[in-house]
Amino acid sequence: MAEVALLDVGKSYGAVEAVRGLSLSVAHGEFVVLLGPTGAGKTTTLRLIAGLERPDQGHVVIQGRDVTREVPAERDVAFVFQQYSLYPHLTVYDNLAFPLRSPARRVDEKTIRRRVQQISELLHIEHKLGNRATALSGGEMQRVAIGRALVREPSVYLMDEPLSSLDAKLRAELRLELKRIQRELGTTILYVTHDQIEAMTMADRIGVMSEGALIQLGTPREIYERPNSAYVAGRLGTPVINLIPARLLGGPVPPQVETVGLRTEHIRISTADGPGPRAQVHWVEHLGDQNHVHLKLATHSLVTLADPVQPLKAGDQVSLEFESPLYFDQAGRRISADGLRGHA
Amino acid sequence: MSTPITAHSVAEPSSRSKLIASFLVVTYAVITILPLLWIFLTGFKTPPDSIAYPPKVLFEPSVEGYVNLFTTRSRQTPEFLATLPPPQTWYERLVRSRNMVIGGPSKVVPRFVNSMVIGFGSTFLAVCFGTIAAYAFSRFRVPLADDLLFFILSTRMMPPIAVAIPIYLMFRHLGLTDTKLGMILLYTAVNVSLAVWLLKGFMDEIPREYEEAAMVDGYTRLQAFFKVVLPQATTGIAATAIFCLIFAWNEYAFAVLLTSGDAQTMPPFIPFIIGEGGQDWPAVAAATTIFFIPILCFTILLRRHLLRGITFGAVRK
Ligand SMILES: Nc1ncnc2c1ncn2[C@@H]1O[C@H](COP(=O)(O)OP(=O)(O)OP(=O)(O)O)[C@@H](O)[C@H]1O
Ligand SMILES: [Mg+2]
Repeated sequence: MAEVALLDVGKSYGAVEAVRGLSLSVAHGEFVVLLGPTGAGKTTTLRLIAGLERPDQGHVVIQGRDVTREVPAERDVAFVFQQYSLYPHLTVYDNLAFPLRSPARRVDEKTIRRRVQQISELLHIEHKLGNRATALSGGEMQRVAIGRALVREPSVYLMDEPLSSLDAKLRAELRLELKRIQRELGTTILYVTHDQIEAMTMADRIGVMSEGALIQLGTPREIYERPNSAYVAGRLGTPVINLIPARLLGGPVPPQVETVGLRTEHIRISTADGPGPRAQVHWVEHLGDQNHVHLKLATHSLVTLADPVQPLKAGDQVSLEFESPLYFDQAGRRISADGLRGHA
Repeated sequence: MSTPITAHSVAEPSSRSKLIASFLVVTYAVITILPLLWIFLTGFKTPPDSIAYPPKVLFEPSVEGYVNLFTTRSRQTPEFLATLPPPQTWYERLVRSRNMVIGGPSKVVPRFVNSMVIGFGSTFLAVCFGTIAAYAFSRFRVPLADDLLFFILSTRMMPPIAVAIPIYLMFRHLGLTDTKLGMILLYTAVNVSLAVWLLKGFMDEIPREYEEAAMVDGYTRLQAFFKVVLPQATTGIAATAIFCLIFAWNEYAFAVLLTSGDAQTMPPFIPFIIGEGGQDWPAVAAATTIFFIPILCFTILLRRHLLRGITFGAVRK
C-alpha cells in the first residue's frame, strides 16, 4: 500500500507556480529521492505533505487517509529541515525528546530516556546530550536534527537536504548510516537532495523535478540509463552528459534524432586513426584517480573521463568511437535506439 | 567575568583606544551617577544639613528623613510633651527630640503600592498584548498589516499628554479617574504601541522553521508558540518590559491630572512631602531612593536576558 500519495497537487505563491500537477506515490518502506535544481519545488513538495502548506488543488493521502485538510500535527510525519533545525534554547537531550513530549503523544519520561539514548548512540552523539544545541559543530547539529526525526516512528520521514551542510567525509558516513537505518527499520523516506551520489546510492526510486513538475520517476538505474529526456540525462552522471548535434557525429542514427547524449562510458578515445570523428584534446584536468579530458569536436566541446595511464595531452589529435549513446529529438525527448519515441 | 586570552586580532581595539573609551565611560558614569548619589546621601542628612550652604559633603548620618517620610507628626509644647509617657521606640525618641509626636503612618506605603500595581500591571499587559500582536503581524497575513502598524506607531507621534483633555473627560465619564484600573489601562494603551514595534522586530528574527518543526512534531500552533517562540523571544520581551516599566513608573503628567487619592502614584506624591517650614528635603530624597529601588532590581534581574541577546546571533544560519 502506498504510504504517501500526492494526487495532481498544485501550489502557487502569487505568480510563481512552485508545484504543478504533481502526482507521486511512495510505497511502505521505500526510499524515494527528489532531485532537481534550486527552485524546482522540492521543498514545497515536502511542505505540502507535512501540511505546512495547503495545496491549491489536488489531494495528499497518507496511509490511505486523505489528509489534505488536516493540520501538521495530525498527519504523523517527521520533517528534517534544510536549516534551522534545532531549538537553540534547549539542550541536545531536550531537542531529541521534544517530539516525544508533544501533548498529543503522551510518552512517559522513562520511555523517552530510553528512546533518546538509543537514537543518540545510533548517531554517535550520546556524549553531547548535555550540550546546549548551539554548542555543537555543524555536523553534530545535523545529526541531532536527523535524530529528532528518528526518535519518532512516523508513517513517513521527510528530509530536506539533511546532509548538505556537512563535509564530504561525514556526508559519506551519514549517507551509509541513514541507508542502513532505513533498511533495518523498514522506514519510508522521501528525501530531497542536490547530490547525485546520495540519490544514486540511497534511493529505491528517484524523482527528477523541474519547475514544479515531476519529469521522471524511476529506479536510479532507469533514470541513469533510460532518461526520458535530455533534461533528466543532464541531472545524473559526472562529468555532465555531453549533448552534441547528431550531424556532427556522422554515422547512422535513428530518424528524427537531433541531439546525441554522450556520457563517459559511451565514448572511447583512441590515439590511433579510427573510423569515427576526429577531435582535438583541449586540456586535461588531473583529479588524482582519474583525468577529465576536454575535447574539441568541430565547434563543440566534450568532457569525458580518461584513464590516468592513457598519455593524453593538450593538442593531441584523437579519434572517437561511440557505443550505444542516448538519442534525443528536437524537443529533448529521448528516442530509443530502435527509433521508438517515449520508450522509457 | 573572565575574558579568554586571545591572540591580538585586528578587530580588537588597541590599548590606546581602550583607554580613551574607558575614560569616556567613566566620565559619563560619574556625571550620571553623581546626582543619584547626592540624593541617596541627602536622605541621610538632617533637614538643616540638607540645605546648608556650602553643601555638606561630610555630615553626621541621620535617619530622620526616613522617619519623616513614613510618619505624620505634629509639634507640641514642651509642657504637653512632659505629660506624655516616655517614648517606646527609637523613632519615637527621635521625633520627640524635635519636640514633636507621631500622629500616624504617612501615605507613602499606599502610594508606593499604587506605583507597583500600576507600573507592573500595565507593563505586564502591554508586554502580553504586544507579544501576541507582534506574533500575529510577524507570522500571519494580517489584512492591511502595514497600515495597521503605521496606525499603531502613530499613537506615539505626539506626546501622550497632548490628549490629556479628552482622556480626562473620558475617564470622568467612565468613572475611571483616580482608580488603579484606569491608570493601568492608560499606561498599557500608551506602551502597547512601543511593545508591538519592538517585539515584532524580535519575532521576525525567529525563523518560522522552529514552529513548523514543532507543529510537525505534534504540537498545535499555540503550544508551539509557548514552547518554542516564547523562550526565544525572552530577550525582546525583557527589553520591552524594561522600557514599558520605565515609562509607567516615571509618568508624571497623567498621574497628576488623573489621580489625587486612592490611585495616586509616587511621582505626584514625592514633591508634596512637606515638612516643617516647607519642603522636607531629606524625606523627599528618602522617597526618591526607595522609589528608585524596584526599577533598579527589575533591570538587574532582566539584565541576564538582555546580555543573552548579544549571543543571539550565534545560532547557525
Ligand atoms: N514562501 C514562499 N513565498 C513565495 N515563493 C516561494 C515561497 N516558497 C517557495 N517559493 C518559490 O517556489 C519555488 C519553489 O521553491 P522550493 O523551495 O520548493 O524550491 P527547492 O526545489 O526546494 O529549491 P532548493 O533546492 O533551492 O531548496 C521557488 O521559485 C521559490 O522562489
Ligand atoms: Mg529546498
